[in-house]
Amino acid sequence: MSIKDIKKEFPIFNNKIQNNDLVYLDSANSSQKPQVVVDRIYDFYTKEFSNVGRSIHYLAVAATNLYENTRTLVQNYINAKDKNEIVFTKGATEAINLVASTFGQKYLKEGDEVLLTELEHHSNYVPWHYLRKSKGVKIKFAEMDENGDVTLETIEKNITDKTKIIAITHLSNVTGAILPVKEITKLAHSKKIPVLIDGCQGAPHLKLDMQDLDCDFYAISCHKMYGPTGLGILYAKKKWLEELPPYQGGGGMIREVKKEGITFGELPNKYEAGTMATAQVIAFGESIKFINKIGIENIEKHERELTVYGEEVLRKNNSVKLIGNPKDKGSVLSFTLDDVHPHDIATILDEDGVAIRAGHHCCQILHEKLGLSATARASLGVYNTKEDLDQLNESLNKCKKIFS
Amino acid sequence: MDLKELYQEIILDHGKNPRNLGKFENFNKDAEGYNPLCGDKVHVFLKLNENKEIEDISFEGHGCAISMASASIMTELMKDKKNPEVKEILNDFLDMIKQSPELKSQLIKEDEKTKLMSLSGVKQYPMRVKCATIAWHALASAMEYKKDENDSEKFI
Repeated sequence: MSIKDIKKEFPIFNNKIQNNDLVYLDSANSSQKPQVVVDRIYDFYTKEFSNVGRSIHYLAVAATNLYENTRTLVQNYINAKDKNEIVFTKGATEAINLVASTFGQKYLKEGDEVLLTELEHHSNYVPWHYLRKSKGVKIKFAEMDENGDVTLETIEKNITDKTKIIAITHLSNVTGAILPVKEITKLAHSKKIPVLIDGCQGAPHLKLDMQDLDCDFYAISCHKMYGPTGLGILYAKKKWLEELPPYQGGGGMIREVKKEGITFGELPNKYEAGTMATAQVIAFGESIKFINKIGIENIEKHERELTVYGEEVLRKNNSVKLIGNPKDKGSVLSFTLDDVHPHDIATILDEDGVAIRAGHHCCQILHEKLGLSATARASLGVYNTKEDLDQLNESLNKCKKIFS
Repeated sequence: MDLKELYQEIILDHGKNPRNLGKFENFNKDAEGYNPLCGDKVHVFLKLNENKEIEDISFEGHGCAISMASASIMTELMKDKKNPEVKEILNDFLDMIKQSPELKSQLIKEDEKTKLMSLSGVKQYPMRVKCATIAWHALASAMEYKKDENDSEKFI
């Protein structure tokens, strides 16, 4: 599959949005869906629907096999050692909450430290905050430097003998910084500290290898990976999933239930209580196949080229100030425009069919550090082109004209 | 909806050169409005005399053209207004921004109505309604009005 023609695979681009061709620059928020994923949801509900893992009729067995097949696809995609290290959740947010809650419950006590960075999305801060409230756990933030990076040295400086877990983003959704997660994990492990990586922006854009990376937990958001909403993945090393207590209780996650006590199911059922997002899981299998068909390396190369091009175009525009100049940068272009508030930019761009995000992007700690309440952000996906970035620049010039 | 309707000259003018911007010294009431969607803040300061008359009003804050213009127009309009009037105008404005096609209050002069109606374009942009109302909610807090239990955009 050639990247040049990839837009054709996404039906959203066939329709005009307010009489304009859609220039979709909001993939860090959520990506568009290829036809194969949309079709898979439709086909499953029309021809194959059944709940999984319970009944033993034909449809139930077939659906269970499809559901488990996605688990294997994910395992291979991220090169996890064991299929049962893949837990489906309702989102990356739930994946992080699962770890914060169960790890916190079992291993954290008053005065223990959780080390985050100033880059973190609210979903990798707020779940830990609860432990601050309930257990008196201390939260530390490794500082972001003037380039929008967090370095290995800064992480090292913030580790103390009280640090019990490090939870960091793989790729910042604002500055685009790609953190040296492998080196950070190695350092943390040398001090016997487990590492959680928020991979929401990493998984859709970078080649992943859990065995090489060696992190303890990795959270994935499926709707940012050309997949359905309502689905996330927690990768966790088997030893953690065995050691940690269950997160939610309900059907499907138990072994035996008696009036006087309950025993819990084997992995991965232990962490998948209740009826799961079955159609979404099955359709997400198509997202992985779609990415594999193009090749994640090709997607990464395409997006890196576009990022460099976008930065060039925006740098030439004297009124634009790019936010973040990290050493290794993912496909995120955050910026401000002289005298025009990001919300006004977004509304004006929208009239040209250019969809960007404006606001704090769920990173208020980071924006406080920048001294800005909001920024504008153009973020890229496999379907974007240089023309999209030219249109962005042209529409920004229109903003300037309105506000001049 | 034409973008020009949203970004009218009057909004761009007030957005770029907000009137009554900055804290003044002898204020005796103040409150902050906050938009969690974008992190924008508008802080309203009042000098309220014993008759609950607004002798002076100003605001501080940072935000988009819509929120700054709305705060600016509001402070111009509310100066020297007394308590029941302030509440009536406030509710009339919020009603107009939410649903009503026009302003109904007899307390608002025609030229003032024109200014306020310039903000009516946000109706077409549900995500931007909060931008136009943030200062007005801060004023309601500073005046210590209570929210109507059945209608969060109405004050009693």
